[in-house]
Amino acid sequence: MRLEAENISFRYNSKSPYVLKDLSLSIENGERVAVVGPSGCGKSTLAKILAGYIKPQTGRVLLDGKPLPEKGYCPVQLIYQHPELAVNPRWKMDKILNEAWQVPKELMDKMGIEEPWLKRWPSELSGGELQRFCIARVLSPETRFLICDEITTMLDVITQAQIWELLIEQAEKNSLGMLVITHNMALADRVCNRVIKLTE
Amino acid sequence: MLSERRTLLSGRTRAALIIGAAAVYLLGVLIWGGLLCPDTYAVHYENKFIAPCRDHIFGTDFMGRDMFYRSVRGLSTSIIIGVLAAAVSSVIALIFGIASAVFGGWVDKVINFCVDLCMGIPHIVLLLLISFMMGKGVKGITVAVALTHWPGLTRIVRAEVLQIRSSQYVQTAYKMGKSRFNVAVKHIFPHVIPAYLIGLMLLFPHAIMHEAAVTFLGFGLPAEMPSIGVILSEAMTYIVTGKWWLALFPGLLLLLALILFDAAGENLKKLLNPMSGNE
Amino acid sequence: MENILEVKDLKLWFSMYERGFKKKNLEVLHSLSLELRKGEVLAVVGSSGSGKSLLANAVLGLLPGNARLSGEIVYKGMALDNKNRKSLLGREIAYIPQSVDYLDPLMKLGKQVQGVYGTKERQRELFEKYRLPLSTEKKYPFEVSGGMARRILVSSAVMGEPELIIADEPTPGLSADMAMETLMHFRELADKGAAVLLITHDIDLAFNVADRIAVCYAGTIVEIAPTSDFVSGKDALRHPYSKAFIDALPQNGFKPIGGSQPYAGNLPDGCLFAERCPYRSAECGGEIPMRELRGGEVRCVHAT
Repeated sequence: MRLEAENISFRYNSKSPYVLKDLSLSIENGERVAVVGPSGCGKSTLAKILAGYIKPQTGRVLLDGKPLPEKGYCPVQLIYQHPELAVNPRWKMDKILNEAWQVPKELMDKMGIEEPWLKRWPSELSGGELQRFCIARVLSPETRFLICDEITTMLDVITQAQIWELLIEQAEKNSLGMLVITHNMALADRVCNRVIKLTE
Repeated sequence: MLSERRTLLSGRTRAALIIGAAAVYLLGVLIWGGLLCPDTYAVHYENKFIAPCRDHIFGTDFMGRDMFYRSVRGLSTSIIIGVLAAAVSSVIALIFGIASAVFGGWVDKVINFCVDLCMGIPHIVLLLLISFMMGKGVKGITVAVALTHWPGLTRIVRAEVLQIRSSQYVQTAYKMGKSRFNVAVKHIFPHVIPAYLIGLMLLFPHAIMHEAAVTFLGFGLPAEMPSIGVILSEAMTYIVTGKWWLALFPGLLLLLALILFDAAGENLKKLLNPMSGNE
Repeated sequence: MENILEVKDLKLWFSMYERGFKKKNLEVLHSLSLELRKGEVLAVVGSSGSGKSLLANAVLGLLPGNARLSGEIVYKGMALDNKNRKSLLGREIAYIPQSVDYLDPLMKLGKQVQGVYGTKERQRELFEKYRLPLSTEKKYPFEVSGGMARRILVSSAVMGEPELIIADEPTPGLSADMAMETLMHFRELADKGAAVLLITHDIDLAFNVADRIAVCYAGTIVEIAPTSDFVSGKDALRHPYSKAFIDALPQNGFKPIGGSQPYAGNLPDGCLFAERCPYRSAECGGEIPMRELRGGEVRCVHAT
């Protein structure tokens, strides 16, 4: 399987400058690609386009030669930088975790999600703990590609290392393709097979 | 070094007490006024214009009616009409607000145009117009108040829905294959309810005051119905002759009810917002 | 060396609602002590929730109304309280906030930098020093780039030639070069005799400017040591948490330890790190004091 971006360009409206211009890239399944670059170079926009959250003005995003599905579960899933914004603050954790699919107990253990956490509200967990939920809930068998937008930037180094260890293990098991957006070169080298540098 | 701040009661307990007190007073007036025997404020020409005394604590009017019982009964009527109208108004606001945010496009434009239109015309003018057109009376005033109080709340509901619709967890839910209906019921609706409830609470005092105002101006409830607007309007005739109690006590009663509704709404806001409880 | 700031046995509680109307007191800082000397940059590092920002807020008097403090905060030999803090802040004590959003969007930058106590001459001098064109004076915050806004924050902080500078996460969102440049300003200020308390979660940056690094964990400081010990790797460090911290950096081992930082309100007795510690023993359950060790301080009975 392959996720491709073909000559995508994006700008917010017809007067603003292009955030992305004629960008092409492709990711194979089982491959981990890092995208590094300074802030404001359109990394997050690229992440949203690849996951189908926004449409580029020109170019297209193809999954195995076909456009991303508009309805139903999207095989390309995005994980955000701020997990506390990506969960409904009025839901308890077990509801959040199982929104898309019934996460098996085994995966919960692997992801380091502890049973008592499920009964808590999001505000009662730390960023690192919430991020585990955000990852586990999109690891359903239907997911083929994961787009990780600075997912550990807000976390301390130990939690950061924990999360990547777990995520890489799961990605290898399911042979997921991953696009890792980061500004940390050392992290990109550690985690990914290939690094793409984006400039302004 | 010790920096400590003490208050008599902690924030949340105080808020709950205020809401409780307001509810007891308002419900008390509502029920008591509704069940009050008409004999208590019947006409007794022999007793007219008695200044406040032990038998008639609010005094009596030009027909010798006891002003205390009449005020309670009047306030009760005002509250019923106000609450009814505010409830209808808030339902309009909820439907318009959600529709405006969910459908967007021309629906949003039309609703926003109506909101601006309603807000552009002075409130009381619109109220008088609708009430007069509907033939005054209970029906006229209720419809008028109901039709004029929705724009503010519509804006609040619309803003809340728009904000949550662009939130990351709603976007993620769509990408997880959830339908629009599912997201609306599970994510959007529960988020809008607290803001809506507070908006509703804060509508009550407005609606009650406007009912009284329109009636006072003679375009609302008929003179034979005891209501605060009628009482105040009658009192104006006699105030120059020194019958101060006719306006003062019913006016204060109305003011108290409005303040309590407002306080209950503001404190409900505090209770529903978990963060403010610690301040 | 003269101590500019001393924090002794600082404890901080928040009174919070548990469920409904029940209140409880949550201890978020526990017996935290540190000294900041003249001419030194002390970096305070730790994960979010470790209490490093609360420490800064406690010193500056920026805590919310439901906070209670005990312990001592001493500035140049006198206890810092709300009264004398008012006359010191903005003159002798400067604060550099986390984000450039702290600039007043409706006030010209020159005026903002001058502040309440500054002069125009000093402001011009600072603009020149921080390579801000003179025209910036008449501009509003939205008209300058992020890097310039950052330099403006620094220049407004040093307006009164402060002796104590507290910088709370001054670098997130900046590119590596920009972050480095900002930190170099702090280094320079310290070399001229100021004391700088640098709060950051980015230990890499702290390596470059700090003289000493204090590691926060779950609301207390577990180790304070010279930066050279951190740079030379985990063997030179004392506390098992600092060792694990260094080991988890992507440029080092990238090896995490298990578990997570315990919550305020759900803390173990004795050593706060014991649950995740490979050297845990019965002694760890008792009160663990801070002790001197090899030119640093550590809160661990096993450290050698």
